[in-house]
Amino acid sequence: MFKFSIITDWINNLLHEWMPGWLATTIECVAIGVGLLLAYALLALFYIYYERKVCAAFQCRLGPNRVGPFGLLQSFADMFKILIKELISLNHIDKFLFALAPYLVIIASMLAFAVLPWGNGLQIINFNIGIFFLIAVSSIGVLGILLAGWSSNNKFTLIGALRSGAQMVSYELSIGLSVLTMVAFAGTMSVPGIVEAQSNLWFIFSGHIPAIIAFIIYLIAGTAETNRGPFDLPEAESELTAGYHTEYSGIHFGFFYLAEYLNLFIVSGVAALLFFGGWMPLHIPGFDTFNHIMDYIPSVVWFIGKAIALSFIIIWFKWTFPRLRIDQLLSLEWKYLLPINLFNLVLMTLMIVYGLHF
Amino acid sequence: MISTNIFEIQNNDLLAIVALLTGVALVALAMWIAGLISPRSFNPQKGEAYECGIPTRGESMTRFSVGYYLFAILFLMFDVETVFLFPWAVRVRELGANGLISIAVFFSVLVLGLVYAWRKGALEWK
Repeated sequence: MFKFSIITDWINNLLHEWMPGWLATTIECVAIGVGLLLAYALLALFYIYYERKVCAAFQCRLGPNRVGPFGLLQSFADMFKILIKELISLNHIDKFLFALAPYLVIIASMLAFAVLPWGNGLQIINFNIGIFFLIAVSSIGVLGILLAGWSSNNKFTLIGALRSGAQMVSYELSIGLSVLTMVAFAGTMSVPGIVEAQSNLWFIFSGHIPAIIAFIIYLIAGTAETNRGPFDLPEAESELTAGYHTEYSGIHFGFFYLAEYLNLFIVSGVAALLFFGGWMPLHIPGFDTFNHIMDYIPSVVWFIGKAIALSFIIIWFKWTFPRLRIDQLLSLEWKYLLPINLFNLVLMTLMIVYGLHF
Repeated sequence: MISTNIFEIQNNDLLAIVALLTGVALVALAMWIAGLISPRSFNPQKGEAYECGIPTRGESMTRFSVGYYLFAILFLMFDVETVFLFPWAVRVRELGANGLISIAVFFSVLVLGLVYAWRKGALEWK
């Protein structure tokens, strides 16, 4: 299997030969930052196109097809359009909090983005509590949304932000508990550790029924966490104009839009990490030839491919189910997902400790 | 560690700070570019809150339903529970049946808490 650490180590050694250590580290850090920025922007542009095409397919339309071949340049055009829009300064807003909110939203998704297992040897932030760190930083995003809604001096944004806050903290429990179930199965919280543990068989197959239940709960909770799909009532346009970002204009609004698409990628990336082996190719024990062929596909392709395939399911939710009411949303979490999740955790521990298989 | 970090940088805090600064740089850079190339026009009506198209009435940073606080408190309880369960979850294989009994006590207290909140009607949206 190709290891990207061969390339990065070569660059590292080359830099250390030519310059003092601190300068080499600085250059490497800048390279990581630029790489993250590019990956972030390009994935966001891809996701805008992808969502529009998938949505069009569900509604028997063609979707964007005028700008560039197959409309591929549509999202670039959208980005430039949003950049040349005026940033309107409002009168009665809390200016500091209003400016701070997009920073918090973007930082939360950027930190979570850097923890994901990009490929074999392409692990950027590698804490031994990696997955825990990921849950922790992704919950900063809700602060940005609450600040955006509160500081806009607008009743609808306030209601949208509060709904979003209630929804995101509630569903974070389900995310935490289903991650906990898989951490118990993997026996480690480090992201590369979880990936290595799936080198023979992905957790969705080796974890039997508890892993499948955890996956389904994770997918539902992840959809709610990104404020998408049937759970998009924070920005229900028929009731709340546009939710917490109504008062934002131009690129200022674009950050929320960007973070929403990147959160979709992060949620599906974490699902790929926990249940579908991160960057690990599909291995079936006993089929050595098949496993070797699978190893030829680069690990980055595996990871991004899995994440995009899982996002397809989440986008599918959005165009299939009608929007829930807030009481239905909260009772779904607290009366169904949470008890099922707790029961599932017990099932998983019984399976691990006593070797029972369900 | 099984896999090494990118560029063999062992200091993960540094990498986390790099990711954080990248996020800040993304917002600051895009805001700067937008400030340079976007048009400006001034109009007294423009600074008003958009809300839903008609002029705003009354104060907007106002009181809101207490129901949101209730769910925030419940969230706090269960989130702290999850945090306490994580160290046990990592070692669940090694701790075996003994660990299972001790965690079952902790777990049952929390399930009792959920049952209590449910019976009290705290999970109903009013």
